[in-house]
Amino acid sequence: MRRLRLLFLFPTASILLLLFAVPLGILLVYACMTRGAYGGTMPPFTGESWLRVLDPLYLGIVGRSFLVAGISTLICVVLGFPLALFISRSGPRKNLYLSLVMLPFWTSFLVRTYAWMFLLRDTGLINTALQSLGLIREPLPLLYNWWAVILGLVYGYLPFMVLPLFSTLERLDPALMEAAGDLGARPSQSLLRVLLPLSAPGIRAGAILVFIPCLGAYLTPDLLGGGRTILIGTLIQNQFSNSRDWPFGSAISLALMALVMVMLWIQVRRKGEPLL
Amino acid sequence: MKRLLPLAATGIYAFLHLPLLVLAVFSVNSSRFTLWEGFSLRWYQAAFQDQQLIEATVNSLLIAAVATAAAAVIGTLCAHALWKKDAPIITMSLSLSLVTPEIVAGISLLALFQWIFRFLNVHLGLHTVILAHVSFCISFVVIVVLARLRTFDNSLEEAAVDLGATEWQAFRHVTLPNLMPAIVSAALLAFTISFDDYVITSMVAGVDSETLPMVLYAIARRGANPMVNAISTIIVLGLGVMILASERLKES
Repeated sequence: MRRLRLLFLFPTASILLLLFAVPLGILLVYACMTRGAYGGTMPPFTGESWLRVLDPLYLGIVGRSFLVAGISTLICVVLGFPLALFISRSGPRKNLYLSLVMLPFWTSFLVRTYAWMFLLRDTGLINTALQSLGLIREPLPLLYNWWAVILGLVYGYLPFMVLPLFSTLERLDPALMEAAGDLGARPSQSLLRVLLPLSAPGIRAGAILVFIPCLGAYLTPDLLGGGRTILIGTLIQNQFSNSRDWPFGSAISLALMALVMVMLWIQVRRKGEPLL
Repeated sequence: MKRLLPLAATGIYAFLHLPLLVLAVFSVNSSRFTLWEGFSLRWYQAAFQDQQLIEATVNSLLIAAVATAAAAVIGTLCAHALWKKDAPIITMSLSLSLVTPEIVAGISLLALFQWIFRFLNVHLGLHTVILAHVSFCISFVVIVVLARLRTFDNSLEEAAVDLGATEWQAFRHVTLPNLMPAIVSAALLAFTISFDDYVITSMVAGVDSETLPMVLYAIARRGANPMVNAISTIIVLGLGVMILASERLKES
């Protein structure tokens, strides 16, 4: 029995080691080296890149990334909760309604982002429609700002919130809500004091699944924010392309990883339950 | 609340679907601009004649199929092992790899491959993309399958063993058949994530392994192009059919 279990674990363990742990180890070495003239790294070992991470300029970008990811996650909870609740109570149509959430999700992330570019740009559908109705003369600056980025993030990651939330809500006994009602709770009370606390595990799981990709987002700020919205992901990518500063890029990457690990650690410790 | 909930759900469904629906409608618009002119399939024609798009689509399908198949097998075995007894280091690493920002995963994999290529005469290509995709798909498979296994009664396998089955036979003939819907749904999730991925892929792809998201990204950045509306519509329809098939499979 023991041997079979080890055999089952072996492929995953080797992939995690070779394609996850070792690459991060390489970044750790790079982060302590000096930048090469044409990208890459050179031998003199130094802590310079780590000090640059603490520069107020870069700390500001980190703070802004947290804010954008936080707002997006919050909007996902607000939109995802009623949707998941609706699906979990729709009886035999459950699968259909769940598929309807998954359908846009199955589409390439880029397509979904492009769809908003198509709607929001100066010559896009919304501006064209408003102009031909005579409501506006000049196109509204809908694209290339922070709200466009947040909109894109919410649109992109909302299914990540709905799925875990749905599976939590589905397992709840509907009799619990009925009991709350029978015992005199108003609908709003049984929602806030029975349903919401019981669905907390789903909200937490969904929030983590949404917050993390939002925090490290690179594509959405790039396409919907134009050049004006620099977040951590964009900053990292720049170091490995235009700026050719691999040590600094590695240091920010690992700093971001550390932030993510702290969040994961707090989450695991508070509830005493693993993520998987 | 009984009336409010369907209303809210309808609104959110509209938010999720209208942008793609609008895209589909304008994919058959004969005009190059966002004003409706008349029905035309010219943008589909243009897309199907675009050699770069076709090659990229083939690459994307190939990568997603291979990576999904590998991740589904590896992840299912791992989930079964973790269900029997937790392995804290594996669980922790899987959770961590799941929450690793894509840009960090992409850059660290690029660093690894470039370091390896100093010693071997190999270059970035489909194989590096597939390896990267397998590594990030496994955690999703483990999560879905493990969640399902936790609803299972362990005594079924124990009974099979008591009746003379080996551990492997118990897994193969008792647990695995019951697990199939979860594995399929996990594989579908992995397929979408693999097919969707741009950030990690663009880091570890070579010149001959451009994927569909990479081509779409390049076109989208250049500005409005109705051909993208046509490709998007095909993707939505193609994958929509796949979902419906998988739902059918799950119910049977």
